Amino acid sequence: MKLQTATRLGLYATLELARDPTQTLSSADLAERFGVSTHSLAKVLGTLSAAGLVQGGRGASGGYRFTGNRRRTTLMDVVALFEPAPGNRAKEPGEDTEIGAALQRVLTEIDEIAEATLRSVSLETLLGSSCAG
Amino acid sequence: MIAIRPAEPADLSAISALDARLTGQAKAIYWQETLARYAGGPPERHFLVAETPKGGLVGFIAGEVRAWEFGQPPAGWVFAIQVDPRLRLKGAGSALFEALAARFKAQGVTHVRTLVDRKDHLILSFFRAQGMVAGPSLQLDKALS
Repeated sequence: MKLQTATRLGLYATLELARDPTQTLSSADLAERFGVSTHSLAKVLGTLSAAGLVQGGRGASGGYRFTGNRRRTTLMDVVALFEPAPGNRAKEPGEDTEIGAALQRVLTEIDEIAEATLRSVSLETLLGSSCAG
Repeated sequence: MIAIRPAEPADLSAISALDARLTGQAKAIYWQETLARYAGGPPERHFLVAETPKGGLVGFIAGEVRAWEFGQPPAGWVFAIQVDPRLRLKGAGSALFEALAARFKAQGVTHVRTLVDRKDHLILSFFRAQGMVAGPSLQLDKALS
């Protein structure tokens, strides 16, 4: 499954902050950990903040902390903030042909399985397995 | 404190009532037959209940070791689990799963498996939280017209 860069960064930032909800990390700290620019991360953090998953402090020294619920928030909740909903996907050229429609049924099947998987893994579950492994 | 023990024929009405409440379908005969086959049945079959200190039913789990199911080596299969919604988030589901997994392990199998409706996010999340991941098989389906 191919995720947009913003989606991947959104997952990284959410999981990094959710690892220890008491910690506060600046966008520069987070950007350094993931090897990206603070500019790339700024919009992502804004989206996560608007969704209530993180909260950013004000000022140059202000950092971000996790404000969501680790057990209730799934990977799909984060992915859905950045990726178009399956029903809102733009139609690709050729989809209206017989072959295009048949191919689309297979791709939809893959998407449904991917969505079910992302929806079944909470932040708590993923962080638990990453700490265990 | 929740206690786990093997199910007994006397648990039938509570099991049947809990399942009917959760699924909206009364299946008394199905549970009667299942209990008859599992409770006190062959050692590879297990039907466990979780109960409160006063003996109230909190939930149940059923499964068995199946050899060469769909060509796969022997594994423990979970085919039913239910926990009273009023008593969830207290570890009963995990305790039931762990108790069943321990019995499977004692019988020498190395994997536990189940089948889940992919739109049932609640039960999918539960099994994920127990450490389960996608298994080696893909379920396929065709509508018969």
